[in-house]
Amino acid sequence: MAALTMNYKLSPTLVILAFVSTLFGCNDGDKLSLSERSIIYCSEGSPESFNPQLSTSGTTSDATSKLLYNSLIAYKGKDNTLGPSLAKSWHVTRDGRKITFYLRQDVSFHQTSNFIPTRKLNADDVIFSFNRILNKEHSFHQVSGGHYPFFESVKFADLVEKIEKLNDYTVRFVLRRNNSSFMANLATDYAVILSAEYAQQLVNENSPHEIDTLPVGTGPFILKDYRVGSFIRFYRNDSYWQEKARIEQLVFDISPSKTSRLTKLLAKECDVSSYPIAHKKITERKDLQLESITSLNVGYFGFNTKKPPFDNKLVRQAISLAINKQALIDTVYESQAARAISILPETSWAYDSETPELGYDPVKAKSLLEIAGYAQGFSMDVWAMPVQRAYNPNAVTMAKLIQADLKKVGVKVKIVSYEWSTFLRRLSLGEHQSFLLGWTADHPDPDNFFTPMLSCSAREVGNNRTFWCNKEYDELLQKALKTTNMSQRKKYYAKAMAIINEEMPLLAIAHSKRFQARGTNVKGNILESFGSISFHDVAKTLITDESSPLVDIKNAEQESQ
Amino acid sequence: MLTFTLRRLSLFIFTMLVLTLLSFSLSFLFPGDTVINHSGQINATTEELADINKSYKMDEGIFKQYSAYLSHISEGNLGLSMTSQSPISHEIMALLPATIELSLVALLLAMIIGIPLGFIAAINHNKTSDNVILSLAMFGYSIPVFWLGLLAIMLFSISLGWLPSAGQISLLFEIQFVTGIQFIDILLSDSPYKWQAFSNASAHIILPACVIALAPATIFIRLSRAAMIEVLAASYIRAARAKGLNSKQIIFRHAIRNALIKIIRHVGLQFANLVTIAMVTEVIFSWPGIGRWLIESVYQRDYTAIQSGLLVLSCFIFIIHILTDFIYAALNPLARGNNYGS
Repeated sequence: MAALTMNYKLSPTLVILAFVSTLFGCNDGDKLSLSERSIIYCSEGSPESFNPQLSTSGTTSDATSKLLYNSLIAYKGKDNTLGPSLAKSWHVTRDGRKITFYLRQDVSFHQTSNFIPTRKLNADDVIFSFNRILNKEHSFHQVSGGHYPFFESVKFADLVEKIEKLNDYTVRFVLRRNNSSFMANLATDYAVILSAEYAQQLVNENSPHEIDTLPVGTGPFILKDYRVGSFIRFYRNDSYWQEKARIEQLVFDISPSKTSRLTKLLAKECDVSSYPIAHKKITERKDLQLESITSLNVGYFGFNTKKPPFDNKLVRQAISLAINKQALIDTVYESQAARAISILPETSWAYDSETPELGYDPVKAKSLLEIAGYAQGFSMDVWAMPVQRAYNPNAVTMAKLIQADLKKVGVKVKIVSYEWSTFLRRLSLGEHQSFLLGWTADHPDPDNFFTPMLSCSAREVGNNRTFWCNKEYDELLQKALKTTNMSQRKKYYAKAMAIINEEMPLLAIAHSKRFQARGTNVKGNILESFGSISFHDVAKTLITDESSPLVDIKNAEQESQ
Repeated sequence: MLTFTLRRLSLFIFTMLVLTLLSFSLSFLFPGDTVINHSGQINATTEELADINKSYKMDEGIFKQYSAYLSHISEGNLGLSMTSQSPISHEIMALLPATIELSLVALLLAMIIGIPLGFIAAINHNKTSDNVILSLAMFGYSIPVFWLGLLAIMLFSISLGWLPSAGQISLLFEIQFVTGIQFIDILLSDSPYKWQAFSNASAHIILPACVIALAPATIFIRLSRAAMIEVLAASYIRAARAKGLNSKQIIFRHAIRNALIKIIRHVGLQFANLVTIAMVTEVIFSWPGIGRWLIESVYQRDYTAIQSGLLVLSCFIFIIHILTDFIYAALNPLARGNNYGS
């Protein structure tokens, strides 16, 4: 009896002991594995949609293009040559008007909670993806608004006459004219391939809009869960047609505040952070690493050439001369950007080193203003964008510096800023006098700077908010697109840049670098030289063997310097 | 007890009526169309708008309008959020549990720390330890919560790296939403990483709960100190002492129990204070609760969300208040008999 009572007394203790030991046992074993197999990325905003065809915002394509989807062809390597992706090879006819793509036959679409694919990728999917954009009568064209900003700005519908299915795995694009940037457009983040089978299923279920909110693609990750303004959860696509991703789970922790991203990075709550601030603090920490890539972008100060006094070329030149660009770069970009001579970055092959620069000359500015009839100066609005972008990390500060510069030549500046979507809408209505904005290239072709920013056609659909239109400039661009001779193209673009620097519809300020911070235990390439981020070959090493690779990285950094 | 319950119930009903009247009139005071402020439907077509007008009886007298508004609320229809266009009742149901969880943990923490300290101070009345505790309480009470929160993040998250600074749990863990109270949901979930998630969630709640608990804890120190001093001066304690009980027996058998009853009365009042602090703290620690949501709604001029959020939050605080009153009455027979006043 005594032994029995003993047992009763002992058992709760034993149970608790066993419980505690399992608790700690599980804890250690699983903890390493779960965080080791996952990456948390602190992103700067919520995507507008899960279909990059519908948006040109970097936040949207970061969260979709290279994670959920693939395009027919892709840029490969450091010199950005076009390489195969979903199309294993292609053929261009001599006149450049017919391009035939031969598709891979082993690509399957994502299996998600609401879709189970029954067939592999074929020509129907490619035709569906592009006809949705091209054909206004297409049943999916109007779903999600019917706007495809990137394709509208490159006039895709004018260029492509038709898309033909030659057989199940061969597709031919027939163009109206030869266009040397067509292939580059197909390799952008926006030209992704959707599933036609999924679209058909959604039509049957009478919920076609889900094609853009519950995405199905062919990419290395599958969307698992999304809460607006909070997080996006991706799982690895285990049946990816290339080597599958090295991490099992990818979480985007949506943190719009710069300081909260920094805090989370320092507190190890995220492994990788987009657009970090306090670069010095990050480089001081041994367990963190700051990386940057010179992006194909430009931050600029544009003038509304339709509104006085900026309809006068002399005023535009005078204002440009009065702005101390180097001071802007030192303050706003913290010297982490290259000074822009013209809209094309020096890293582009088409950049002409002879391009004249206007420079900083307040005295000359003053005399130009006198010639233009504004000896007493005038007052103007500067619209500063409210969000931070790589090409302009702080537009309001920049506007204040410009305000101080212009005060010296007698021009009074009022700074205006709206909430981002209102800002863009009012800009497109032309309510502004001058504005601070920028442009990020979608592909490395130089045309992607000249046409969308300043061509006449870009006034309506594109991003030409200067409303400047110059026939000679547009003709040069057309000529440059028609030729395949690189040195000839370069000459045309050099002339175009000379026109811009003479006419001054905008003052190019800087080509920024895109920054990113990560823990030193995160390996692999995330940033690409242009376009969206990729997590395909990213992996995490164990925290315990962190010290040895750390030394290697430091050495490597010193060597590269 | 029956009269007591009836009195509280009628108080509850009348207070709720006044609160709904307030939130009803807010729709008229906010800019924009009244019925859109009521319903939050900013993108309604003309026919939809006519339907809404009809359901809120907008073309009839103000009393009819108010009763229509009341019937909407009693059906749980608080309108749509103007920014997200999803039903506010759903949003609140998803967010309120997180606030309740945080506030309860903080309240518990404040009581566990504050009350014993107050008792120690009272027992050593006018001695050094009393003075030290009192001045610490005064110091703690005067620290602004937003500053303390940032300081705590700087020290414990960034410099020392001990505790996380944001959110309820690491995003790596997928916990099914059942009750909304994270700890219960974790225990209910069938995730293979259950215990890891549990310890992660505990690490996440420590900093915000401590920051919220500081100010109420100092109030509990002073309340319990005053209560204990009063009890110790009472005649039954002197009688016990005269009987020859030692001070340990007196304090543990008689004094604590009687002092606690006096403190419980104030818990409800302190809870309202605590929820206000929690709202600010939720913003600092990115806690996915109703306080952060309400402050964001204010920024976004989401009038429907503001008025419904205020209604639900004040209703919640009032219910807690009444609950503590009941506990007080159950523990203290003297309170039940009191038919007048209070």
